[in-house]
Amino acid sequence: MEEKFDAIVIGAGPSGNAAAYTMAKAGLKVLQIERGEYPGSKNVQGAILYSNALEEIIPDFREDAPLERHLIEQQMWVLDDESYIGTTYRSAEFNQEPFNRYTIIRAQFDKWFSKRVQEAGVLLVCETTVTNLLMDGNRVIGVQTDRENGAIYADVVVLADGVNSLLAKKAGFHAELEPKDVALAVKEIHFLPEETIQSRFNIGEGEGVVIEMAGKITQGMMGTGFLYTNKDSLTIGVGCMLSDFKQQKITPYELLEKMKAHPAIKPLLAGGEMKEYTAHLIPEGGYKAMPKLYGEGWMIVGDAGMFVNAVHREGSNLAMTTGRYAAEAVIDLKEKQLPMTAANLARYQGRLEDSFVMKDMKKYKNMPEIFHKNNHFFTTYPELLNRAAHTMLTVDGVDKKSKEREIRKSFKQRRSLFGLMGDAFKMWRAFE
Amino acid sequence: MSEETEKDAPKKPAGRRKFELDPRLASYKGVWVFVEHERGVAHTVSWELMGEGRKLADTLGVPLAGVVMGAPGIQTRRFCEEAFHYGADLCYLMEDPLMADYRNQPFTKGLTDLVNAYQPEILLLGATTLGRDLAGSVATTLQTGLTADCTELNIDLENRSLAATRPTFGGSLLCTIVTLNYRPQMATVRPRVMSLPKPDPTRTGSIVEHTLGMTESEIVTKVLEYIPDNLQDKPQLPFADIIVAGGRGMKRPENFQLIWDLAKVLGAEVGATRPVVQAGWVELDRQVGQSGKTVRPKLYIAAGISGAIQHRVGMDASDVIIAINSDPNAPIFDFATYGIVGNAMTILPALTEAFRQQLATLKVAV
Amino acid sequence: MHIVVCIKQVPDSAQIRVHPVTNTIMRQGVPAIVNPYDLFSLEAALRLKDEYGGRVTVLSMGPPQAEAALRKAISFGADDAILVTDRAFAGSDTLATSFALASAIQKIHEDMPVDIVFAGKQTIDGDTAQVGPGIAKRMDLQLLTYVSSITDLDLENREITLHRRAEGGVQVLKTRLPCLITMLEGTNEMRFATLPNIFRAARYPLKLWDKDAAGITDVSKIGLKGSPTIVSKVFAPQPKTIPAEIIDCESKQPKDLAVTLLAKMFTRFPNLHEDIAKANA
Repeated sequence: MEEKFDAIVIGAGPSGNAAAYTMAKAGLKVLQIERGEYPGSKNVQGAILYSNALEEIIPDFREDAPLERHLIEQQMWVLDDESYIGTTYRSAEFNQEPFNRYTIIRAQFDKWFSKRVQEAGVLLVCETTVTNLLMDGNRVIGVQTDRENGAIYADVVVLADGVNSLLAKKAGFHAELEPKDVALAVKEIHFLPEETIQSRFNIGEGEGVVIEMAGKITQGMMGTGFLYTNKDSLTIGVGCMLSDFKQQKITPYELLEKMKAHPAIKPLLAGGEMKEYTAHLIPEGGYKAMPKLYGEGWMIVGDAGMFVNAVHREGSNLAMTTGRYAAEAVIDLKEKQLPMTAANLARYQGRLEDSFVMKDMKKYKNMPEIFHKNNHFFTTYPELLNRAAHTMLTVDGVDKKSKEREIRKSFKQRRSLFGLMGDAFKMWRAFE
Repeated sequence: MSEETEKDAPKKPAGRRKFELDPRLASYKGVWVFVEHERGVAHTVSWELMGEGRKLADTLGVPLAGVVMGAPGIQTRRFCEEAFHYGADLCYLMEDPLMADYRNQPFTKGLTDLVNAYQPEILLLGATTLGRDLAGSVATTLQTGLTADCTELNIDLENRSLAATRPTFGGSLLCTIVTLNYRPQMATVRPRVMSLPKPDPTRTGSIVEHTLGMTESEIVTKVLEYIPDNLQDKPQLPFADIIVAGGRGMKRPENFQLIWDLAKVLGAEVGATRPVVQAGWVELDRQVGQSGKTVRPKLYIAAGISGAIQHRVGMDASDVIIAINSDPNAPIFDFATYGIVGNAMTILPALTEAFRQQLATLKVAV
Repeated sequence: MHIVVCIKQVPDSAQIRVHPVTNTIMRQGVPAIVNPYDLFSLEAALRLKDEYGGRVTVLSMGPPQAEAALRKAISFGADDAILVTDRAFAGSDTLATSFALASAIQKIHEDMPVDIVFAGKQTIDGDTAQVGPGIAKRMDLQLLTYVSSITDLDLENREITLHRRAEGGVQVLKTRLPCLITMLEGTNEMRFATLPNIFRAARYPLKLWDKDAAGITDVSKIGLKGSPTIVSKVFAPQPKTIPAEIIDCESKQPKDLAVTLLAKMFTRFPNLHEDIAKANA
């Protein structure tokens, strides 16, 4: 192809869209290449949208973006086989506009986002896979696609091609992803009438609930589950470390089935019709697994750069933010008529470091390892907590003091005093 | 059939108030069935339709007629006799050497002229390549309504109209279509969807002859040659009495050999579901289902087939259905005669062996 | 040579589900695709263009989002694309659709004479196979359906030779242009779009025609008014079902299950012996 672009964005997920949109709005000539049939066909997410990240890119998104429900209530459940302990936070404040978090359905959301991207002037091609980066020495000068006449040139290439980024690997930008750095998450969408969801979850029209779960649902493996309320459907899902799946030889699907059968979860899904079943990999390695993020003529954004904060379940907002930062770096350089060298693109890294993005990634950099080495967080503790609650809450003639003693004893038995203190210490260190 | 429906909700039912047929159309009476034939043999779908047409005609209290068009001679006239055996009261006959082979132009003119001359209220054709080619042209010439691939035909006595039911939205739903204020009401039906009636060789009827009135020079398309199919190689599913079919539950194309093995022992034809055909495991002619072939065998063995509606409508008229599926909740167990919940890959060879032994003992007994 | 190919954008019916309670169609996230049968006709047209030169115009009647289908066609190599879109077409059955398309093709013909019109064999959402024949009749084009291959095109003498599928064999037909052809499925394989064509498709200034631009003056012939057939009801199939007798046995071994099944079956249906013997003969 003779044609040359200012920037090529590989991928039309949230990070790619954020980058492409921002650059096009600034008047740059942008090409976006998506390997799926249409934007979003290869993207999977829970999905919760954090509005701040999108507000910075498309301030008026609330006007026509397909938003399901705005969240007014957050629940956290720690599950045992038959029970759970949960905390709930609900606030009338969450009902004050502008709303902060929404449930979304990615198929629709991505379509909308891509429409805006194209309206901004980005040339989008789909069903086309980038097979290689075109190099001049160690400088990236374009991409090679799998189509006839498929080489295209640009001043900078933004890799937004997701957790399975083969390109970054191929180009040697980062090593092969290890199973311990990646989680496999599966989810289903169950359709239920709007009114049923609202009465079942005690919410009004447009209001939503998110339930985050951890514990025995993941059969002793490190992972979490979730249940979100959409307008007329519920999203339920579970994710575990890929390395655990391999070790335990349980399939993600089996895990999800067990979860759906949990006595506390089953009634919430009653009467629903399962429509969509999807699975995806989520980068979980955190800060320690991050690759090099920029170089001569290239930058990495989104999941491809491992920008996922598992503890807080943030991924898509980091994707959009990093996409925007990369775009702004390019716009800055173009304005100043500077070349896209690694030295110049370093400002992207600088921006990340200064922002919450890197700050948070660094803060939680030890979490993956801690949880990995201590899987009793996902089995023993949930069991103990639930037992404790059960003991306390069952009226059976035993006095409260004796019950408390029993609880303490059980905790110590399962997890020696030393172990308990060690766990507390580790958690404190991780969060500080 | 609405091609541009944008809404998902069902349309308001037509004919809420007492419907008044345009008086000009009131003179259209009678049910016609187009008799399709090729190389001297009538296509069975014509007789299946004749059986259906008989019911419609009786409900309306009107005569049933066959329409036969072909080269002059005893061959063609024989089809009229057959039509009477299958229930027709009369037969419209158009003989012309120009009609020796099917061509769209003369057949469209011929059938259109007959309709304009004798005015049937209902005209049925088989949904074969010929039937669909002809029906579309005739319906457009007559500017009337045509409903294709009907699975059920009924009369709405309130307004004496034909209610034609057919699948829609990929077969997940059915819809009933009426052609209220146009005549004739046309419909096509796929082979084997309706059952073949028993012919009564004593029945007779009257023949009405009509001329085509065309010359060869007027007809633009010429038939250079006819290449018959090599029947040995071609699957004959619609008329097979025993069929063994496989679906996605067979997991891999290599496993389909187990289907072939069982079919061999039974002397059966091999069938398959749409996904399997689309994946290229077997040829298109073996597809059973709403967009494939409709079959009516005495015995249908379904292995690794879930029984989704699109497949079901193609085979649920089978006399005996054996279903093998590892999922106890598979819909096929809702309507099969017998079911085995298990792995087809182990059940099929066991069945093959069991049948082989049964047949061996039978042979000895005979 | 100028070829017009009629295509339609349809929902990918393989992915449509029906809500078990409300019986509404769940089109949640169901992608729209180019009617698969149309692609065989489009590929056949592009091959003729490769061999004999000329232009291929793609035409579709549909809502605004059908634009995506037309762009897809351009990415495969079509030269021009026209979307005939107008609220007045809503509710059209096949008779009304063929009327609208025929008018549009007539308009195209006035601008650049059309030699061949291709259409898909049928749609996966309508399955009627009636629009192609309808257009041919209205435009007085020779109709050739179920074509398996085009063996010769003589542009000078305006003659085309092709193979057409009949029930028991193949007709070798020769006819004159202009004609309308619908291709049988599986007769060719759609080419891969080249990157230049993909770019072209993304940037192509699609022509949008309302009913006036399509040359339609008689509105009684389009939309609901022009549709003799009416959908009187839509419903979920409720087939009567007697559940299967599940064969089970102590050992659960396939061998024993098979023997148990056969014993039950032949006892209840003794005629099957004869049927199988006959089939084996």
